[in-house]
Amino acid sequence: MQTPNLKEIKLVLETALLVGQEPLSLHELKKLFDFELSTDILRKLLEELRQDWTGRGVELVSVASGWRFQARAEYQKHLDRLNPEKPPRYSRSVMETLTIIAYKQPVTRGDIEDIRGVTVSSQVIKTLEERGWIDVVGHRDVPGRPALFATTKQMLDDLGLRSLEELPQLEQDDVNLFATSNE
Amino acid sequence: MAVVLEFPPVARIHGEPLAEMPHDLYIPPEALEVFLETFEGPLDLLLYLIRRQNLDVLNIQMAELTRQYMHYVEMMHAGQLELAAEYLLMAALLIEIKSRMLLPRRDESTEDETDPRAELVRRLLEYEQMKLAAQRLDELPLAGRDFALVQVWLEQAAAKRLPEVSLDDLKQAWLGVLARARVNRHHKVSREELSVREHMSRLLRRLKDEHFAEFGALFDPTRGVPELVVTFLAMLELVRESLVVVTQQEPFAPIYVKLSHADA
Repeated sequence: MQTPNLKEIKLVLETALLVGQEPLSLHELKKLFDFELSTDILRKLLEELRQDWTGRGVELVSVASGWRFQARAEYQKHLDRLNPEKPPRYSRSVMETLTIIAYKQPVTRGDIEDIRGVTVSSQVIKTLEERGWIDVVGHRDVPGRPALFATTKQMLDDLGLRSLEELPQLEQDDVNLFATSNE
Repeated sequence: MAVVLEFPPVARIHGEPLAEMPHDLYIPPEALEVFLETFEGPLDLLLYLIRRQNLDVLNIQMAELTRQYMHYVEMMHAGQLELAAEYLLMAALLIEIKSRMLLPRRDESTEDETDPRAELVRRLLEYEQMKLAAQRLDELPLAGRDFALVQVWLEQAAAKRLPEVSLDDLKQAWLGVLARARVNRHHKVSREELSVREHMSRLLRRLKDEHFAEFGALFDPTRGVPELVVTFLAMLELVRESLVVVTQQEPFAPIYVKLSHADA
């Protein structure tokens, strides 16, 4: 079979990304073709595709698991009118627990409790696990072998991030200042 | 409920005398529960007390902070609210730090003795860092909440299309029906072949020649199970019609079959 031209390849990529329910990785996108598509060309075409969709209600973005199409956030208020039941926000304890796991991972429940100063309820952990945002990645080798939690790709995907590096910067770490300050 | 203060209402914050208690300390008891639920724990409450008055976290006035904190704890207690153990633990910690700071420094050799507040400050700052990060994380656009994911539903529906049927499939199906019909007809024929009546006659004819025969010898296993069954049915039928007699001398002895009128 003759290698299709780049325009056709781009259309195949566009179709697959529009139809896909999950973000598609470069590896998966290559499987669309029965010939070897180089990563450089694939990246170039995806970038072109992203440019092609600028100025539309829908955009092509790159997240942790790969590439996906998503609606631009500014149109959400219109979409919400179709479906007025907005998902509730998570409570502060859920968000703070998620944040500690995200920034300090892998952490045990005890680590989280040390930072928050309160007991972490099982319900909070369950909520985050059921959402697919955290999972157990191992056990710390201490008595009791507590579970070590980490955040998942799903969590990065849902927040539109490509990696943990893209998490919001932490506030200036004042802890060290204290060591040098004098009474 | 009137709140009775244990301390004179004059406090010093960074050397500045404070004429009256901060207003936020006076909370109607009915609002207390709602108010306290907004705190995520003792660290959160302490941070609130410190930040509310723009106090320096790095130079906490332990006496004042402890007094304010204890005030809240007492209010919770007076309000019959079940107090989480963490709040009591923090109260004990604050009092311990406060008392250690009251003790005179021993001498120069213990200069490097750490400030009793250091660990508390470290925890407060670490918690505050995570608390602020959580707020910013919550502000990030979230899939499904702040933006929608795109799925071309038409294409998804097409993926669930019904099976296609071709002319060839129809032909195959018809041939299958014909084949099954042929199998059924075959069974009908074979049933007629194995007529019980016919076998009754065959048995009678054979017994007429031999007068009697051993039970097993009347069966021919090489001709298949249906043949054996029909032969057995034929024999039962002959017994019922009193045309043959089946005898056995004793249990497990050979069974013999003979015509009922042979030796009559």
